[in-house]
Amino acid sequence: MQMETITVNKSFKSEEYFINMGPQHPATHGVLRLLLTIDGEIIKKVEPDLGYIHRSIEKMCERDSYQQIVHLTDRMDYLSSHINNEAVCLAVENALQLEIPDRVKVIRTIIGELTRIASHTLWWGVMGMDVGALTTYFYGFRDRELINDIFEETCGARLTMNYNIPGGLMFDIHPNFVKRTKEFIAHFKTKLPEYDSLLTGNIIFQKRMKGVGILSKEDAISYGASGPVGRGSGYSCDVRKHHPYSALDKVTFNETLRQEGDSFARYQVRIQEMWESMSIIEQLIDNIPEGEHQVATNAVIKLPKGEFYQKVETARGELGVYIISTGTKSPYRLKFRSPGFSNLSLLNHIAVGGKIGDLVATMATLDLVIPDIDR
Amino acid sequence: MNNEALQNLISSWHPDLTFTEEGSQFLNISVQPEQLHNLMKQLKTNSDTHFDYLFCLTGVDWESALGVVYHLESTTHRHAVVVKVQTEDRENPTFDTVSDIWATAEFHEREVFDFFGIKFNNHPNLKRLFLTEDWDGYPLRKDYVDEINMVVK
Repeated sequence: MQMETITVNKSFKSEEYFINMGPQHPATHGVLRLLLTIDGEIIKKVEPDLGYIHRSIEKMCERDSYQQIVHLTDRMDYLSSHINNEAVCLAVENALQLEIPDRVKVIRTIIGELTRIASHTLWWGVMGMDVGALTTYFYGFRDRELINDIFEETCGARLTMNYNIPGGLMFDIHPNFVKRTKEFIAHFKTKLPEYDSLLTGNIIFQKRMKGVGILSKEDAISYGASGPVGRGSGYSCDVRKHHPYSALDKVTFNETLRQEGDSFARYQVRIQEMWESMSIIEQLIDNIPEGEHQVATNAVIKLPKGEFYQKVETARGELGVYIISTGTKSPYRLKFRSPGFSNLSLLNHIAVGGKIGDLVATMATLDLVIPDIDR
Repeated sequence: MNNEALQNLISSWHPDLTFTEEGSQFLNISVQPEQLHNLMKQLKTNSDTHFDYLFCLTGVDWESALGVVYHLESTTHRHAVVVKVQTEDRENPTFDTVSDIWATAEFHEREVFDFFGIKFNNHPNLKRLFLTEDWDGYPLRKDYVDEINMVVK
């Protein structure tokens, strides 16, 4: 055998190889496929492969009416469905310059914050499960269930809410809403400290989280990180603070910031955010103004010619709705700037150099919801 | 900085830009493809503008032209601006990438390439993101036809 016949593929180092994670991997929380280039246990590159559940919602919007578009947004980030609905409704209402009753604003904000708590409790449950702590899953789902019951009573749905319509709410709140929300807050105030004693203080958990997946503030801004991912890196990006909408300008709350930028910082931001959300709800729940729960709009809504942009803070970060209207019943172009898409794009940056096990833990702190990325 | 001050400053760098606030809550800047990268770099690095946050990057098919819309915000000054670029070339529409200026543009530009067929010069990894490599056509273009999968009303 002559030496010249041996060819070496120069694009690889000899010890590097590919491994597929997903699309049916439990830690990807949906159909996301990651192409990992690894060297032993060390990650050299993470390349997400998307599109397994892409439904082309933006294309569908170009033929649908504005009322119909609201329903499609549930199916993006389904854990923030109410807030997604709100984003489209606010964009349409601002474009039409509709005066929305205070009652609607307050109810939207309360349910939005309940949605955030529900999303964060689910995240906390699966976060623990991703690092091998199964009990958290049951605790998280137990408390989220109570919020879903409140939603079910008021609007009939537990997940895809469709409670917002352009002009207000589909119907008024259920007579039990205030009472049950207060009961939940009282209950959750005793349960949230349990979360800390069960998981946050656990030394094994902390060693998996601290100093792992570090994202600097500059990179967070450059990658368009938002929500708890950005705030865990000390980047003040809370849309509720900087561009308040609905009743958020009437309440006082703190924007939770951590400077460390690691997985543990993102974890702590979400835990603290649940306290802040409870505080927002408490400020509003006894002061829901009387009045109408919707204002009349035309059966066929036509936005004036122009461009409209609305951003809201979902449980995952900044959702932007960008509507280009030519004055017809459907948008000419509608773009959803989804928080998960930008947050996923920085995964490669923070995972390279770490271990495969850390990738799973790091990804859990990004709190990805795949339909939000595959719109 | 308010819109008027922004317009004065930015037009002093590039006198041939077009500015408008009509039908939009932001100051809109239309730029020629050749100037795009230069302008974007200045918007980010100049300390008075400091647009360090690219919060939305949208591909648009205006039928007469294909284009990209960039929504920019400054996290220090908290002002915002919209930059628009377009080309009439539907066969081979190409702009310079801004992914070297804002890292988030890398994924967003891949999405625009995937759905509009707009190419980006110097992009580090320009290939389809959601659709498969052998997909025919660019679905978010207005002239895209798919008789089997699209419900047309």
